[in-house]
Amino acid sequence: MIKFEEIKKSLFVSLWFMFLTFPIMVIHVNPIDKIVNWRWDNLLFVGCGSFILSFFWRYFINRKKSGLRQSSPVISPLSNIMARLRNDPKLFRTLIAVLAFIAVAFPFTFSTYQVTIMTTVLLYIMLGLGLNIVVGLAGLLDLGYVAFYAVGAYSYALLNYHFGLSFWIALPVGAILGAFFGILLGFPVLRLRGDYLAIVTLGFGEIIRLILENWNDFSFGPSGISNISRPSLFGIEFSLKSSSIFLYFIIIILVLLTIFVVNRLQHSRIGRAWVALREDEIACQAMGIDKVKTKLAAFALGATWAGMAGVIFAAKTTFINPASFTFHESALILSIVVLGGMGSIPGVILGALILILMPEYLRAFSDYRMLLFGAIMVLMMVFRPQGIISDVRRTYELDNKGASG
Amino acid sequence: MEYFVQLFLGGLTRGSIYALIALGYTMVYGIVELINFAHGEIYMIGAFTALIIASVLGLYGFSEISIIILASIIAIIYSSAYGYTVEKIAYKPLRHAPRLSPLISAIGMSIFLQNYVLLAQTSDFLPFPSLIPEFEFMNPYSHIFSSAELVIFCTTAVAMTLLTIIIKFTKVGIAMRATAQDRTMAMLSGVNVNKIISTTFVIGSSLAAVGGLLIASHIGQINFYIGFIVGIKAFTAAVLGGIGSIPGAVLGGFILGWTESFATGYISSDYEDVFAFALLVLILIFRPAGIMGKSRVQKV
Repeated sequence: MIKFEEIKKSLFVSLWFMFLTFPIMVIHVNPIDKIVNWRWDNLLFVGCGSFILSFFWRYFINRKKSGLRQSSPVISPLSNIMARLRNDPKLFRTLIAVLAFIAVAFPFTFSTYQVTIMTTVLLYIMLGLGLNIVVGLAGLLDLGYVAFYAVGAYSYALLNYHFGLSFWIALPVGAILGAFFGILLGFPVLRLRGDYLAIVTLGFGEIIRLILENWNDFSFGPSGISNISRPSLFGIEFSLKSSSIFLYFIIIILVLLTIFVVNRLQHSRIGRAWVALREDEIACQAMGIDKVKTKLAAFALGATWAGMAGVIFAAKTTFINPASFTFHESALILSIVVLGGMGSIPGVILGALILILMPEYLRAFSDYRMLLFGAIMVLMMVFRPQGIISDVRRTYELDNKGASG
Repeated sequence: MEYFVQLFLGGLTRGSIYALIALGYTMVYGIVELINFAHGEIYMIGAFTALIIASVLGLYGFSEISIIILASIIAIIYSSAYGYTVEKIAYKPLRHAPRLSPLISAIGMSIFLQNYVLLAQTSDFLPFPSLIPEFEFMNPYSHIFSSAELVIFCTTAVAMTLLTIIIKFTKVGIAMRATAQDRTMAMLSGVNVNKIISTTFVIGSSLAAVGGLLIASHIGQINFYIGFIVGIKAFTAAVLGGIGSIPGAVLGGFILGWTESFATGYISSDYEDVFAFALLVLILIFRPAGIMGKSRVQKV
């Protein structure tokens, strides 16, 4: 039974939001015709919406608080499934086989359009996994991740334009250049604390974009570079349709490689050092871990994947310009990581699937895409900071009491 | 020489606006140790509210002076209300979370507010009416220093003096400084910390609104994206001066204003934003604590 007190609170919240959104949501001035367009229906939406949402908000906040007090982890059904998969290798293998079958059969059963969308999703999975190394594992908030993506894309585009280099040569070059820029940026800024790092990387991302936009002789400015050649196989050129299928398989292989590498890295010495750094920098240094080296490694490795993804992006679209590398792209990749679960590989994959496919298939949502990303970031942080699928680290139990979750 | 003076004064105007917005960053950072990414958006919302109110009042035939006063007051009220609400939704539930969480939530809030204005209003640049009248006595100097620039400079000076008085001498100001120094201790001494944090957001947001009004009427156009870049620059100013320090923010604002003004005047205007970011990176490398900030030794 909802108490009267609760209703009063929500009523107050809804009145507050109606007041708050009044000038921007309701009034719309048409400066040419000099008419004020009063959109009163919006006020009604905001009022009702905030009235209902405030109930949910309070309910979840209370649940979170009581959850903290009882210290009983609220296990979501999804985490349950993940845990079962981990403990049951047979089930795990079956699932992998089914997924592999779907992945292989996909381009032959669906249209080129669907394949292109899937390629985009896979591209973002790669980017998400790369950023996951930096943000999820090492705990360094990198808001300029898209800069490395741009470096990769432009290195392929320019090498192809000037020297006619093929995709296969550009791929490692893009990766190396990405890593190089990662180190270049990382070296000066990694001494900084987390929040400074965020803003410097944000600035760096903007600098790269502004340089690409303004340095016409080098990057052809805002008009970008077109006619980038698609990847070929041992000199065989493909038609448009088969080339997009080919690209799909290339990126599937690269995503598998990424998953493999990130998975191995996670539990390696350096992976554990990243997590330790994330949790407590000072204690970590006291244990003899070289802070700068470890952070640089995270930055460089994250940037490597971005560089590679950039090369693929250039090959996929065959046209790039600086407008593809705005801060919004960084924000999108970050929300993939945040939504899925920082530090968790299946989480990132799920995050990319949700965030890329949803605006694609629910066209009505596509206008509200960025609004939704912003809201997701806030809500996830407030209610479920560990993401949909939380990262489960290998734990070593020392005593019977220490059942860690 | 005249060109130099012009650039110098232009930088001063620019810098005073950066300083106004930087104050919001610095105050919030001083108290909750959080970069309020949404601060730039608060400033943008202030400018938008003023524009909307001013155009509505204009259509209903209010006199010019009453439009200026009403639009400014309403814009300041709304900015403060947004600042307050943002804090309650995005930061307050995360008081005890790891450092990364409020930062991500702040970025989310910033993106959300940008797109909220974009969807509810428009993505186009809107012409912003010049709220500042031309003064007659400024006519002989108007080619190097316009009346608008004079008003901006004076308003900033007044706002900063008021802020200094509030922080130095009032009860709220003392409580704010106490909270910034040691939150637990302040709480034990009977300071309502939550209230003080809200007050800080409200004061910072109203300063941002003043900045928004001034810059929008100076430049003459706004869109939903103006908050982002100015936000980063104001943050740069805050870091430059030493984040957490109020005179530092003002100094940082002026230095940034001059840097931009001279760099665009003498080098190239294409790379206007690059200079600001480059300055930020340089400062953080060589003096991470800022000009007036104290580098604190972290204790375990």
